[in-house]
Amino acid sequence: MRLRSHLAKIRGLGSARAGTEEFISQRLTAIALIPLLLWFVTALISLAGADYDTAVEWIRRPVVTTFLILLILVLFHHAHSGLREVLEDYIHHEIIKTIAMVSMKFLIITITVGSVLAILRIALGN
Amino acid sequence: MAKFTLPPHSVIQKGHTVNHLDNPQHPKKFIIYRWDPNTGGQPRTDTYEIDLAHCGPMVLDALLKIKNEIDSTLTFRRSCREGICGSCAMNIDGTNTLACTKAIADIKGPVKIYPLPHLEIMRDLVPDLTYFYSQYASIKPWIQVHTALPPDHEMLQSKQDRAKLDGLYECILCACCSTSCPSYWWNGDRYLGPAILLQAYRWIMDSRDEDTGERLDNLEDPFRLYRCHTIMNCTNTCPKGLNPAKAIAEIKKMLVQRR
Repeated sequence: MRLRSHLAKIRGLGSARAGTEEFISQRLTAIALIPLLLWFVTALISLAGADYDTAVEWIRRPVVTTFLILLILVLFHHAHSGLREVLEDYIHHEIIKTIAMVSMKFLIITITVGSVLAILRIALGN
Repeated sequence: MAKFTLPPHSVIQKGHTVNHLDNPQHPKKFIIYRWDPNTGGQPRTDTYEIDLAHCGPMVLDALLKIKNEIDSTLTFRRSCREGICGSCAMNIDGTNTLACTKAIADIKGPVKIYPLPHLEIMRDLVPDLTYFYSQYASIKPWIQVHTALPPDHEMLQSKQDRAKLDGLYECILCACCSTSCPSYWWNGDRYLGPAILLQAYRWIMDSRDEDTGERLDNLEDPFRLYRCHTIMNCTNTCPKGLNPAKAIAEIKKMLVQRR
């Protein structure tokens, strides 16, 4: 027997008054990714067939280092938003959702830090 | 996890075929979802063949013919038979629409009729819409005014402001859009769905309403509003030709604007 009214369940704990910031950052990162990815793919095509030294030299150019790090940050920020939406959409078990969400965040942050470090080592190393 | 397959008790079996036509001029098959809570068991699809030469042009006419002449146990909602009440919303030929405004001639092959997707079924083509109606009640779909008005005075609205309600006020709450939305299927307990959000926008946009900010506050929620991923099934399916996806986008725009 259902003792609690539907309306009580729907009103629940009230509105979270959140989501708009996430909505804006999703759109902004998506827009930023268009030029960044276009530049990256074009650069990769032009580097195709080049040897190791040419590639390292390319990454070491200050402008390239900057944009590569920007690309990584924006890309993984956007990926984090998207994955969060997917987990919120499809996982309804609160504990499993929390574990999945935290693991996903750790994974994304680890990959981001690792990728940035790789770029910096190439750019600053000898 | 969201359930992508039907639970065992909802798997549809093949049911009876009823066909006693003598020399039909325009025979047409109707495959209809059936489930009776009194007998329980698995739902089934029954097939009825009728002669369109002796039937009205719309799917609702065929359903009424089947109910009147072949099988009186067939259960469905209907009232106005002209697309204004929203009672006969069902899934016809794979799309949620109103049986009374869907022409049989527009459907090739057998006409498959199922109830609106992803709702509890009460019987045959009758789904339980009480939660949907409670969601509607939750947005307070009536005018909110704080200005004290003399009792003998109307609240006036300019023609331009009234025009902003076009494309919103026509919604008949048939639930075709909400039940076509995957986000509403997976999170219908917390996501309000396109129909309710379009109705919410109808009150947000009303120049006479004085609770616009409170209405936006109540919607600003990762689940209530932001489960909309602009899938657009709502707009594709709306039997009244409305655009709930645009209404939701406008709500999001207002939330960005007020920051």
